[in-house]
Amino acid sequence: MHEYSIVQALLTQCEDIAAKNDANAVNSIEIKIGVMSGVESHLLKTAFDTFKEGTVCGRSQLIIHEQPLKILCNECGFESEVPVYKCSKCESLNVKVVDGEDMYLMRLEME
Amino acid sequence: MCTDCGCSIRGKEDKHHHDHEHHHDHHHNSHEHQKAHSHIHNNPHLNDPKTITVIQKILDKNDHEAMHNRSHLDNHGVLGINLMSSPGSGKTTLLEHLKDVCEFNYGVIEGDLETNRDAERLKAKNIPAMQIQTGSACHLDAFMVHKGLHDLPLDDIDVCFVENVGNLVCPASYDVGTHLNVVLVSIPEGEDKIAKYPVMFRKADLIIFTKVDLLPYFDYDIEKEKAVARSLKPNVDILELSIQDKDSLRQFAQWIEFKRKMRG
Repeated sequence: MHEYSIVQALLTQCEDIAAKNDANAVNSIEIKIGVMSGVESHLLKTAFDTFKEGTVCGRSQLIIHEQPLKILCNECGFESEVPVYKCSKCESLNVKVVDGEDMYLMRLEME
Repeated sequence: MCTDCGCSIRGKEDKHHHDHEHHHDHHHNSHEHQKAHSHIHNNPHLNDPKTITVIQKILDKNDHEAMHNRSHLDNHGVLGINLMSSPGSGKTTLLEHLKDVCEFNYGVIEGDLETNRDAERLKAKNIPAMQIQTGSACHLDAFMVHKGLHDLPLDDIDVCFVENVGNLVCPASYDVGTHLNVVLVSIPEGEDKIAKYPVMFRKADLIIFTKVDLLPYFDYDIEKEKAVARSLKPNVDILELSIQDKDSLRQFAQWIEFKRKMRG
């Protein structure tokens, strides 16, 4: 259950950005969570709603975009969204991960 | 457009004809421009909602600290290895016995929720060890490891192990600033651990099957497990290890020696 630590990092990040922009409040936060990032979106949301209290994000809505695993095949060049690290066209395991392994803060709406 | 700072305030530069005279009144020195700047940049509060696109890794502070840890290790010529696994798969036991077969010196940063027992076990074998008690945190992060690094005699060691909290989930999300990830999986844990925790095993540079001397007593198809590991990460190194078998320990020591040489 490391979602709590992730949320703390996210809240700190939002507070820094809000301060830089002279904002009083953050209305919404959009994040991208890769399915292979090791984080559960619904746990992240629960943790966020618990820990946002008393921060500049107190009334923020957290919008989570779940990013499927996206790979580019080094053999046939086919790009696909897959559940495993295997090209869905030629079944090669020689693939490059394009997206789906990381967690990103994407967008903030502030006022 | 203001070419120095990228802002879009237009000022004196509009009147600024490029006639190549020498009083190039650069617009940034212009009073009007500065005034416009301070008006916008020091606006105490945003009056209207403003949406900004950021695109920043959520753990970027941790990643930055991890890079710092790595360069700290590099400066001391120390190879950092993050050791991860479930609780009880033999991380501390491996570190206790590795000393009997290896020629390099190593120290250990121990991460556990409670107690100093693991560090005490290692110190009893004259291995420098530093315990981090995480309280309720289920993983080590780069900041905790940073503190640990300052308490280890880095000039006297060649390899620094970070023995992460026993857990196949959370430690996978955190770069702690080591060079290599080694993930242990023991035979008594049963099959399918690799398939069930793909994020962790995907991070591994080396997977070590431990307690392989118990294979005759378990219904465990080790070749099938290796195939699963290589389907997640085709280039992963794999070793089989038993504390009873000194040769298998030596193989691990040789793997580390090889990686040390590769870092010059």
